[in-house]
Amino acid sequence: MTFSIAALLAQDGVTNGAIYALLALALVLVFTVTRVIFVPSGEFVTYGTLTLAGLQLGKPPGTVGLLVGLALIAGAMECYATARQRAWRRLPRRLALYLILPLAIAGVVYAAAPLALPFPIQIVLTLVIVTALGPLLYRVAYQPLAEASVLVLLIVSVAVHFVMLGLGLWFFGAEGSRTPPFTDATFHVGDVTVSGQSALVLLSSLILIGALYLFFGRTLYGKALRATALNRVGARLVGISPSLAGSLTFMLAALLGAFSGVLIGPITTIYYDSGFLISLKGFVGAIIGGLSSYPLAAAGSILVGLLESFSSFWASAFKEVIVFTLIIPVLLWRSLTTHHHEEEE
Amino acid sequence: MNPRVAVLLVFGAALLLAPVAAPPFWVTLLNYIGLYSIVSLGLVLLTGVAGQTSFGQAAFVGLGAYTTAYLSLNHPALSPWLNLPIGIALTSAVALFLGFITLRMKGHYLPLTTIAWGISLYYMFGNLEFLGGHTGLAGIPSLSFFGIELRSERHFYYLIWAIALASLWATRNLLDSRPGRAVRALKGGLEMAEAFGVDAGRLKIVIFVYAALLACISGWLYAHLQRFVNPTPFGPIPGIEYLFMAVVGGAGSVWGAVVGATLITLLKQVLQDWLPRLLGRAGNFEVVVFGILMILLLQRTRDGVWPWLARAFPQKKPLPVAKTALLPKRTRGNDGPMLVVDRARKQFGGLVAVNDLSFEISRGEILGLIGPNGAGKTTMFNLISGALSLTAGTITFEGHSTGNRQPFQIARLGICRTFQHVKLMPTMSVLDNVALGAYLRGRTGVPRAALRLDRREEAMTLAEAATQIARVGLIEHLHTAVGSLSLGKQRIVEIARALAADPCLLLLDEPAAGLRYLEKQELAALLRSLRQEGMTILLVEHDMDFVMGLTDRLVVMDFGEMLAQGLPSEIQKNPVVLEAYLGGV
Repeated sequence: MTFSIAALLAQDGVTNGAIYALLALALVLVFTVTRVIFVPSGEFVTYGTLTLAGLQLGKPPGTVGLLVGLALIAGAMECYATARQRAWRRLPRRLALYLILPLAIAGVVYAAAPLALPFPIQIVLTLVIVTALGPLLYRVAYQPLAEASVLVLLIVSVAVHFVMLGLGLWFFGAEGSRTPPFTDATFHVGDVTVSGQSALVLLSSLILIGALYLFFGRTLYGKALRATALNRVGARLVGISPSLAGSLTFMLAALLGAFSGVLIGPITTIYYDSGFLISLKGFVGAIIGGLSSYPLAAAGSILVGLLESFSSFWASAFKEVIVFTLIIPVLLWRSLTTHHHEEEE
Repeated sequence: MNPRVAVLLVFGAALLLAPVAAPPFWVTLLNYIGLYSIVSLGLVLLTGVAGQTSFGQAAFVGLGAYTTAYLSLNHPALSPWLNLPIGIALTSAVALFLGFITLRMKGHYLPLTTIAWGISLYYMFGNLEFLGGHTGLAGIPSLSFFGIELRSERHFYYLIWAIALASLWATRNLLDSRPGRAVRALKGGLEMAEAFGVDAGRLKIVIFVYAALLACISGWLYAHLQRFVNPTPFGPIPGIEYLFMAVVGGAGSVWGAVVGATLITLLKQVLQDWLPRLLGRAGNFEVVVFGILMILLLQRTRDGVWPWLARAFPQKKPLPVAKTALLPKRTRGNDGPMLVVDRARKQFGGLVAVNDLSFEISRGEILGLIGPNGAGKTTMFNLISGALSLTAGTITFEGHSTGNRQPFQIARLGICRTFQHVKLMPTMSVLDNVALGAYLRGRTGVPRAALRLDRREEAMTLAEAATQIARVGLIEHLHTAVGSLSLGKQRIVEIARALAADPCLLLLDEPAAGLRYLEKQELAALLRSLRQEGMTILLVEHDMDFVMGLTDRLVVMDFGEMLAQGLPSEIQKNPVVLEAYLGGV
């Protein structure tokens, strides 16, 4: 292997790793706040890429239909819940959030899709559509089970993954899509050629991670989420609604997923079922970070990306075997350095 | 006839007659249900009961299937029946290794780690040349049984269900035994189980291997039934589906495995048959509808279908405890003080919680350890019980230094404890909870328990537990679920559990906290009667009235140091103690 090949592989690895890092962050976030292991995060990635690809063709993507469907179900659930609790005063606000807003988004997309929109606007629309799915999904699938055990929540996650996978095939078909690159620019750093695309991915991941850091460190909502993650009952006692925290978390996770989808679209062809392996690698990164530390999760994801790109050079058939096996020593190291607590369930 | 027996007989007859009466298609389905049940049974034990979630069982099924496939094709001289022990040996080795690594993980690490190596093994099957790559291995011979070749699905049916029912029987036996009680305590009662001598790390690995072996056996059957293997049924998605079966069926009970396997298999079949007809296109709508149904089901019944079904069946009455000999008692020392604490020190960073404390506990006395809040009483208690390790100094119990032993090793020496916050298994009966205390006095391991060879010892254990329950005056609650008792009674159950371990020294951590006046009086009476029977007791307590009336001697701590020791009447008049408690009078 020459230096330039190594540099190329490293660049590939870091680029993919940056995307895994975003997913790892989403997983850590969702797990700490809601105890849900967010298996369908990969579907948010594929929905992101394929929604953007759909908008490029000038037609409203199937995800918009899903948005409408989920909004109707969530609206019905809210009406039923308020009727049972007789808390009518809360209804307008909740309906505005769970029903009117998603329907408005869908309306805008239907109206705007056939117009030949500029690429950046298409990206924004994609992010809005997919991000809006997050809170609705939480409301419909997870909120009724918020107090269930981690195992039950995990099984529900897997079920949601199946549903989104099947719908993905229906919405987007079996063919894969690639979106056009954001930029064709290349830089030369010494002997190494760096593609503008990779640089952009890395940069935007960094910006997003920085923004999350500020959100959690500086804003009231961010602090409320951290409080919920640490102590759910306590957070509730000081007036933080767990269902609000859950919705907000899923919104952020969906945003991170959709963003990853937009970033990965120009690099690899994405099929409706590509999400699972991508999110698994995010998982592995998150595991390395102990599912609790954001910087470690990001570092772990970069490690996964590097492992993947170098092992695909040496033994491409065994790429997945190598990635998932090499994780085991890392896990062993984690297990020896982590203090064990008894999980109270 | 007993209605339970009647239900079982009908079930048995239906199973026996099914292949004769049902069309071949149904026999095939039933074969798969049997194969899946065997795997989910392992998950009921591992995940449902012990709380160790695994997504990797499909990989173990693959190990069993590929081992026999490879050996049958490359060493045809070897009987396929011999391939089973070889597969079992291989799977045990792999499971031991993976379990050793994975089971150290905290709760949620575990499922993700099992996905990681599950996928790893799956891609191995798909990429190794000698395993046929992604196309797999074809032409595997069928099995023959005493000269009868099991060529048809109907023949195979009996073999599959014989093994499935045997696994069910073994798993049920296991749960109702000495190791079974310990397994049931792994989820939510780890610290308590370790305090009574359960080596939790080892036990987790044992049941992990047990579940892997069930999966391996299912894989061996699968390979000879299909006579063809490829990687697809051993990947991450089937691994997830096995867990689905256990959770949907009801992961808390062995029957949940069979119910779950049946439900999921039938549901998938129905969806595959009907959805294309209804929706008219060969899309992937099965998965969508399947997923939605699972979500709805879990939103309705979190514990799965079996508990809900079981309500329709007549409940089994608990068997009366047989009157047999009790477990043998340990030999006790009889000279010198029982426990000597010599300049014990515990530091947390810069904080000295226990500062060079020395005292002794004599045989047959009740020693009270008292002091204001934050005096270091509980830290001292935990140093003796082994929950914390000493920074410096020594603690000697009957000539053995206990300072840096694990809690279960200290329990083995004869020191048993209760907990300040009651640690009982709320859904288990009083009898089972107390029997767990006698864990160290039994020897039955998982294989003996699974094969029901442990009945003599089990009867003695239960008789011992019942004796201790009678001794503390709770005999009328023998079969009550502990969670439904009052806090006062739960504390008494904790004492009975400690007594079941046949301790020389009983450590009680604030046993009177949260009790009503009458309950305290009953507790004091019980402790007095234990002292009369020769028990030595160390009591950490806040409640002055309780301590003064009960103890023989007191050690008073403040800021980690010894403030005073002596008879209760002396301590009551000690000006230094009064100063510490009342801030000067």
